[in-house]
Amino acid sequence: MARYRDNSRALQALVEPDRVHRDVYIDPEVFQLEMERLWSRTWIYVGHASQVPRPGDFITGDIAAKPVILVRHTDGKVRVLMNRCAHKGTKVVYDFAGNTGKTFRCPYHAWTYRTDGSLLHIPLKEGYEKTKLHETAAVGGLTPITHETYRGFVFARLAEGPAFRDYFGDSLSSIDNLADRSPEGELEIAGGCLRFFHNCNWKMFVENLNDTMHPMIVHASSAGTAKKLWEGKPADLPKPMAIEQYAPFANDYKFFDDMGVRVYPHGHGFSGVNFSIHSAYSSIPEYEDAMKRAYGDRAKEILGTVRHNTVYYPSLTIKGAIQSIRVARPLAADKTVIESWTFRLKGAPAKLLERTVMYNRLINSPMSVVGHDDLHCYRSAQEGLAAQGHEWVSLHRNFDSKELEAGELTCNGTSEISMRNQFRAWREFMAS
Amino acid sequence: MNEAELARFVLREARLIDEKRFDEWYKLFTDDAYYWVPLVPGQTDPLAHNSLAYEDKLLLKLRIERLKQPTAYSQKPQSRCLHVLQTPEVEKSDPARGEFLTRTPFMYTETRGDESQRYAAIAWHTLVGAPGGLRIRLKRVDILNADSALPSIQLFL
Repeated sequence: MARYRDNSRALQALVEPDRVHRDVYIDPEVFQLEMERLWSRTWIYVGHASQVPRPGDFITGDIAAKPVILVRHTDGKVRVLMNRCAHKGTKVVYDFAGNTGKTFRCPYHAWTYRTDGSLLHIPLKEGYEKTKLHETAAVGGLTPITHETYRGFVFARLAEGPAFRDYFGDSLSSIDNLADRSPEGELEIAGGCLRFFHNCNWKMFVENLNDTMHPMIVHASSAGTAKKLWEGKPADLPKPMAIEQYAPFANDYKFFDDMGVRVYPHGHGFSGVNFSIHSAYSSIPEYEDAMKRAYGDRAKEILGTVRHNTVYYPSLTIKGAIQSIRVARPLAADKTVIESWTFRLKGAPAKLLERTVMYNRLINSPMSVVGHDDLHCYRSAQEGLAAQGHEWVSLHRNFDSKELEAGELTCNGTSEISMRNQFRAWREFMAS
Repeated sequence: MNEAELARFVLREARLIDEKRFDEWYKLFTDDAYYWVPLVPGQTDPLAHNSLAYEDKLLLKLRIERLKQPTAYSQKPQSRCLHVLQTPEVEKSDPARGEFLTRTPFMYTETRGDESQRYAAIAWHTLVGAPGGLRIRLKRVDILNADSALPSIQLFL
């Protein structure tokens, strides 16, 4: 029985200023409404323009549980289209990626579309002359989706909602920092995509990225062991990149608190205002020289901005400092695929790509010992929330009622403000 | 080194994993060895392309030591695994240099609590004849569906 669809008040009551009801994580109806409302009215990450460099290049995927194509049209610009033949619903392309030439041709009855989605050809068209087909949505071809590209990042919005710049505001500075880390100011997706199936709600993953009270606990067995394995080694022995990447996950509360967190309207935000777990990596002099040549004095500012995770609510999370992004693809209330991608910084030495690929493998792979313990906790919560006697999830840490009036806000790193901020956006977009 | 000896080695290697004798398993690898689980079929580059795992001995050590920690929460309850191997075939043999390559298709099952996963895979062992017997220089495991969205795989294929 639908409890929430026609009861906006009940839906909004799931989110209080400092706590949320368990139904936001476990209720299938709430999940369905999230897809129709939050995930349709906001800007969802589709892919990166560098994945479709030539006309006809496409990738496929799902946003808000709907099949889409990102394609470069013959005019050189990208388009986002629904991957659904106007005839019977067959997906016109099924591969993850490829080149379709100048047209999409449905494999079922050969209805053919230009790469902007417009209908080009139907076999034996005269059979439709005296019918009402021309009065239906079918003549629109592959439904085009509103989209915007920012420094190569392509976002789509399925329904009416805020304009792109209004939605993301100054949080776009994290994408700028990632792209600026290329001496040419350009990014290229490289190294494939790790796809990690999570048997938990998508929000558990997204919230965890700026949950700075968990790493020293959850990752004690992995990062703590990494630290221990390197203890007592001579100071002049170069620290392996893997140890540099793992060990900071076991840093203490003070470290994560001092990192700082900043939130923006509409659920976006990042931790690592002042520094982050990526700050102490060994320098790569050849890269730093290339950055100085490209940017002069600005290079120091770009490389000195070392944010931890930036959440572009609800779908995209990025790590500029290590050039990797994670994308949440929700499938059900307790099923989510997390895609992890890496970037080549154009004009940077090969070692930079190797560094991000190593990080992605160590942290984001289905075989990652960091990921194992994170996912264990998410799944465990997914099950534990069924418990009787307590139906609310606490987000009280460092709550201050003044934050309700603030737009952009910076505070101590271990505050749970980033989660409260996400749920305020959630509440706003879920109200029908 | 004959084919039977190489096959015996590969069988024993899988058994050490299945019996969780990881410290003994670790000693089968040369100091410069890698354990590699590529992300895509035919992958040639472990450095500039993502892999499910690409671990040197330091990282293997980390994995093994982590499994002993009481704080390895994802191992409560503990995972179990079983390799069912096809007879290893010798793909390359250079007895003069003491280098061998075997190819072993296998089925791998990993369970934890009520959950069970099953993979079809091929193990490629690059073996070297070192003093005291054979050692692994590279164990490459190509999972048939490595590029699928996969759940946590916690032990060693």
